[in-house]
Order: sequence, then C-alpha cells, then structure tokens
Amino acid sequence: MGEKVFMQGNQAMAESAIRAGCKLYFGYPITPSSEVPEYYAKAMRERPEEHITFIQAETEVSAFNMVAGAAATGHRAMTATSGPGFSLGQEAMSYMAAGDIPGVIVEVMRPGPGDADILAAQGDYFQAVKGGGHGDYNNLVLAPYSVQELCDLMQESFELAEKYHNPVILLSDATLAKMREAVELPGYVDEPAPADKYNALRGCGKDKEPHKVVTCGDGPVQWEQFNLKLQEKFKRIKDNEVRYETYNMDDADIILVAYGSMARVCESAMKMAREEGLKVGMIRPISLWPFPEKAFEGITGKKFLVCELSAGQMVEDVKLAVENKRDVSFFGKLGGTTPSPKVILEQIKKI
Amino acid sequence: MKTIYKRPEVFTDAVTTYCGGCGHGIVGKLIAELIDEMGLQDNGILVWPIGCSCLSDRYYKMDAYMALHGRAPAAATGIKRADPSKFVMVYQGDGDLASEGMAEIMHAAIRGEKFSVIFINNAIYGMTGGQVAPTTLMDQVASTAPYGRKADTCGFPVKMAELLANLPGVIYSERVTVNSPAHIAACKRALKKSFELQLEGKGMSFIEILSPCPTGWKVSPVKALDWIEEQAIQEYPLGVIKDVEKEDA
Repeated sequence: MGEKVFMQGNQAMAESAIRAGCKLYFGYPITPSSEVPEYYAKAMRERPEEHITFIQAETEVSAFNMVAGAAATGHRAMTATSGPGFSLGQEAMSYMAAGDIPGVIVEVMRPGPGDADILAAQGDYFQAVKGGGHGDYNNLVLAPYSVQELCDLMQESFELAEKYHNPVILLSDATLAKMREAVELPGYVDEPAPADKYNALRGCGKDKEPHKVVTCGDGPVQWEQFNLKLQEKFKRIKDNEVRYETYNMDDADIILVAYGSMARVCESAMKMAREEGLKVGMIRPISLWPFPEKAFEGITGKKFLVCELSAGQMVEDVKLAVENKRDVSFFGKLGGTTPSPKVILEQIKKI
Repeated sequence: MKTIYKRPEVFTDAVTTYCGGCGHGIVGKLIAELIDEMGLQDNGILVWPIGCSCLSDRYYKMDAYMALHGRAPAAATGIKRADPSKFVMVYQGDGDLASEGMAEIMHAAIRGEKFSVIFINNAIYGMTGGQVAPTTLMDQVASTAPYGRKADTCGFPVKMAELLANLPGVIYSERVTVNSPAHIAACKRALKKSFELQLEGKGMSFIEILSPCPTGWKVSPVKALDWIEEQAIQEYPLGVIKDVEKEDA
C-alpha cells in the first residue's frame, strides 16, 4: 500500500485511477466532478514517464464514446461526470454493456431534474442502477462512502470491468467528491498487457481471428441469442459481486439503510441513538447493482428506515429485498440539502 | 499464367447487402485492395458507422469497431489515442457524419486526430429509406422532403470537404467520386494518399466520395451515375481542396 495523505475525494480518486493503470482519461468538465479532468490534465504534463493521455471532449456524448473506443483496445480508460452529463452518456453505456466493453464511469451525483444544482444528491440511483439507457442491460454500480473507499473502489472498478467485460459505474456524490479526508493511497497495479485482454482490438493479421465490437442485430433469432448471452453475463455479476456492510445488526430493533454520503450521516445517527440506548443497526449497500438482497435475508421482527438524498429510489429495492413483508419507512431530502445526524435521529424516534 | 486481377485477400467470403448500383461496394473494394497492397491488415482497426455500411465488419478479415450512429470519430479518437501505432480508418455516411455526428467529426478535426476519414456522400439517407440528408441537393426529393428539399426547413447542402479543410488539424481534404473508371482510379489514389499520411503520423485526412444510391434516388443504376455527373458534381466539385504538404512545398 502507498502513503497516507490528506486529499480531496475527486483528486484522491483520480490518483487512484492513474495507479490502477488508467492512463486514458476523456471527459467534459461539469461541477462537481471537474477536479478529476483537471488532475489528469496536470498529471499528463508533469508526469511524462507515466504516458498519461487526457482529452477534453466536446461533449459527454463524445467522452463516453472515446472511453468505449479506448477500452475496446484493452487499455484502461475512464470518464467522470455528473447529472446532465451522465444523461448524455447513456447511449454509450448501453453500447458498452452490449459490446462487452470494460469502460469505467464515475458519476458524481448532484440534484436534478433539469440543470438543477451542484450539491450532493442521490436522485440518479435509478439511472445508474436500473440501466439508464436503451435495452435490457445492467451496469455494475459501486457506491463508496468515504474518500478511502473512493480510492479503493476506483481500483476495483477497473478489475471488475475487465473481469465481466461490462461498464462499471463508481457512484459518488458532491459531498464525497469535495470533502477532504486522510486516505491511504493504493499502490500501482500490475495489469495484463492490453493486447492480451479479452477481445481487445489490436490488428489481427492473416493468422488470427479478428476481434470485433459489434452490437448490431441480425434478425430476431440471432438477436435473442445475443441478448440471452448478455443476460448470462449479468447473472454472473449478480451471483458473485454483491458487496455491503452491516453494523450492530444482532440486537437492533431499527435498521437504517443508506449508501454514499447519506450512509456517513446515518452512521453518526446510529451512534447517537446507541448512546441514548436505542437499538439501531445499519445496512450499507456498497454494490447498488447487484443490490445486496442477501443482507436482508432472514431478518424478522425489525423495522427498516431507508434514508436517501432523493424522493425515494433505493427504497424500492429494499422493499423488493424484503418482499414487502417487513416494515419499511423512508426518509428523503431533496435539492442538495443533506440532513444532520440529529434529523435522522428524530426520524428514528418517530418509528 | 500471370494473375492480373484477383479478389483482395483481406475480404472474407461474406456477400454484401448493398443494392445494385450502390457505390459502397466499389469504395469497399478499393479499401480492400489498399489494405492488401499497403499491408494494413496486421495493425489496422476499422471503425464502421450506422447506415448501409453497418455490416461492413463482416466483409473484411480485420479488427473492427461498429460505432454508434455519428460517434465513429469519437470512438476512433479513443482507439487511436490508446494506441497511436495502429492504422485507424473511420468510414461514415452523410447522415452519420454530417447530421447525427456533426459535433464528433468537427471536434475530431479540430483536435487533428491522426486517422483517415472516408465520407460517403450519397445525398440521402440510404438504410432508413431515403430521408433527407444534410447533403441532399436543393429541390431533390426525399421521403421527408416529398416536394423536394426547401431551404426554409432543411437549410442548404453542406460541403464537408471544404468545411473541414478550414481547420488546421486537417492536413488533406479531397472530394472524389466513383461514377466512371477514371473517377474510380482517382478515388483509389485519394484513399492511398490518406492512408499514407496516416502511416507517416501526420494529421487528419478527409476523403469525401460522391457515391450513387439508385434505390434512394429512385433511378436506375446507370441514371444514378449520370445524376452524379450532372447534378451532384455541380454542387460538390471534385478535386483536392487542401494539401498541407503541397502548400508547404
């Protein structure tokens, strides 16, 4: 492992990506993600020995397609964006899932809908977790809740993208992106040579089979088979990549469910509640797709309080996880406001 | 016996889906001949578009990326930037390049991306059934301009080869056609020039090819060749529009 530093979320994450071997960054500036392209732009000029390429794309539409093209060659590539930019990238997300392209996308959530504002929100949960683009596909979605996790999951995103040949979304938010914390930077990663990776475009020659990225159908029979094969990929991810953390579950009467920066608030609220003698636990989903249904299995006689910076999106997945058989309450804040732990504690007391 | 003509080796056995009299097949064969002659198969990645040529990956034994509609220059940017040692060819039609992907081609050219762009201008949308394209001529009939292209709603035909030649990132721009043996030979020379410039690591080269679409134009294949001569070339003059090497000499 590397050294411990005090760093901003966006910048620490960018450094972590470079150390993960992501030497190609394509992006369009948008608050609150712009420190990521700025970090790459600086690194490209100041660290020539690392052969970093940064291109400021004309639009997010192009940036996502540049990532797709670069990742298709077996080189690690990424972009970071927020809200409206993430919407523009959806066409390419669908394409990457279909084309088995391991692109990595950081989505720093800010409030919507529309142009909206720039503080932390979690209203893009559906867009990230339920597909967002056209067709039947899934993104693998990871949700960090600290600067340390931003760094660690950044590196893991590239591993997972290449393991499943699927886009991975690192779902950050404005609070995580902008806050500074002590963080142990991960070390440099040894990855396989780009041309040795699955289906990497590299020039085939006469003797090798060509590698192709084609997401174009050839009639319903062929296209159904193509889709069924994709579904197998998503099933493998679902079976193997569930990630979550649980806190104080054994004796809890009330279980908070939260992810991202909201989970930080809930963690504090849980501690305050415990100090007052209230038996409160927490489930923190880290993989949002696949959703950690497992974490909810076999829990009886407890109440759930789902807290989100949205009008209620993940709460639907919680209700599915408990098959609507448990008591699930919701508390949400909108528009870029983040509640204090005290506000969550009041909600806990209302249940 | 001496072989004087043979099927290019880079071709697979696949049969194209092009209509009779379509120009894609002619251009496709010229590209295949050059890939063989210049030895581009080993190190080449072909980026195909959405449109009538969207199945082109099947015709070449080459690594290929079939881009989203209009996005080929962005995807090719990613490919070429990831590995500048590769030969990267971008092939796009007029709906793809000059409408859906106008931003992508303009900015790839602004950045001077070092790949070859082959632009098929047949003045109509082929695959989707003959709708109006940015390159459709004034008063030319299309399914979404049933009384002919009118400026009040469709604006005016766009001259891509001239437009891109204005940008410093583009080092070579030429317009050719494939409606006669002499023009086909000139088209091959232009394509070769473009490929050579890329191998030399220069900037972007842009070859616009006026290509017949008898089905879209609703004329016979022979009439389509005449239409290029009598109509299309009047709007889109042939020739080298920009050659930085010559300007420098």
